[in-house]
Amino acid sequence: MAIAEQQTSSQAGPGSGDRSWHSIVLQTLKRNEISLIPYVPDRVLTPLIKNLHVDPFFTTFATAREEEAVGIVSGAWMGGRRGAVLMQTSGFATLANTLASLAVPYQIPLIMFVSERGTLGEFNYGQSLVCRTMRPVLDSLALEHHTITRLDELEFIADRSIKQAVTTQAPVALILNPLLTGGKVFDK
Amino acid sequence: MNTRNTKVMNRFDVTSRLITKLKHEEAVIGGIGNTNFDLWAAGHRPQNFYMLGSMGLAFPIALGVALAQPERRVFALEGDGSLLMQLGALATIAALKPKNLIMIVMDNGIYQITGAQPTPAAGVADLVAIALGSGLTNSAWAADEEDFERLVDEAMSADEPSLIALRIDDKPGVGATRRDPVQIRERFMHGLGVREPL
Repeated sequence: MAIAEQQTSSQAGPGSGDRSWHSIVLQTLKRNEISLIPYVPDRVLTPLIKNLHVDPFFTTFATAREEEAVGIVSGAWMGGRRGAVLMQTSGFATLANTLASLAVPYQIPLIMFVSERGTLGEFNYGQSLVCRTMRPVLDSLALEHHTITRLDELEFIADRSIKQAVTTQAPVALILNPLLTGGKVFDK
Repeated sequence: MNTRNTKVMNRFDVTSRLITKLKHEEAVIGGIGNTNFDLWAAGHRPQNFYMLGSMGLAFPIALGVALAQPERRVFALEGDGSLLMQLGALATIAALKPKNLIMIVMDNGIYQITGAQPTPAAGVADLVAIALGSGLTNSAWAADEEDFERLVDEAMSADEPSLIALRIDDKPGVGATRRDPVQIRERFMHGLGVREPL
């Protein structure tokens, strides 16, 4: 897959071109005035996180746990500042209680970017099993989610989903598939 | 736990003392259960947020409010059991150093609302030592009610985040928060000036 290869090799960060997946995500966040970005890292998200840290528009920082990050952006939303949470699949799996008792019932437009591990060549058994719990959890909460596989669809899906989340005051999960990002490959 | 030279206080009493001190529409995030029952009972304010679940997230939610509104002081009331669920948040807050965030830990060593079972930390762990070790250098046990009020006054003008821990008794919360999450959030956002009432 040409796009995947291209994206995998472009993980150097700045200078890798404006049409890389991470550059599109960054610009889409900015355009929607989403400036607070707590995260728990993932190898695949590294170029995005690096570029967010470099850009003074964003307040980007690591949290010890994904639940914390959700609490932070929920509080920020109520205080008038927009945020989004970055995590990987296994991190999403820790969130069922927080989604069901905070984001969903309080009607908070929680925007989540989830780097999808556990599929398309995953080598870590734990990741592959936990990945299968993600969509059933999202579906059981009737929570909007999209899996993004194509670079040419990324901006449309991300931008529209963020706007929908804000206007309908509902959480959304944007799942970044390895077809988009190149995923993580087994390199010891 | 009794080796600490701190008085055992009452949650509703200290919460009421705190609310009396708030003159500038400070935000207050109440943790789940008795912490927010007493916050409600101390007198509802539009700047109060009441959690109905997500145990352990009072400090992270308060951190988010504090980052969104750096000019407003933001308090969070958390129980010891809840804090144990999210100790990592202390390090996150210490790293970000929001000077307008004031964390208050009500420590009675038990999961009071579920039948008063002791927490795994009861009588063993020192929550202020944990906070200090997490990098929250402005953390202290309140020796008694007067000391608590003094620490709150100091925190109001501190230039770093503050954590105040109190030993409290096992009395249940005085009131019961109304449980309508959307109404709670909407009123809170009105209280913070983010939204206009309809």
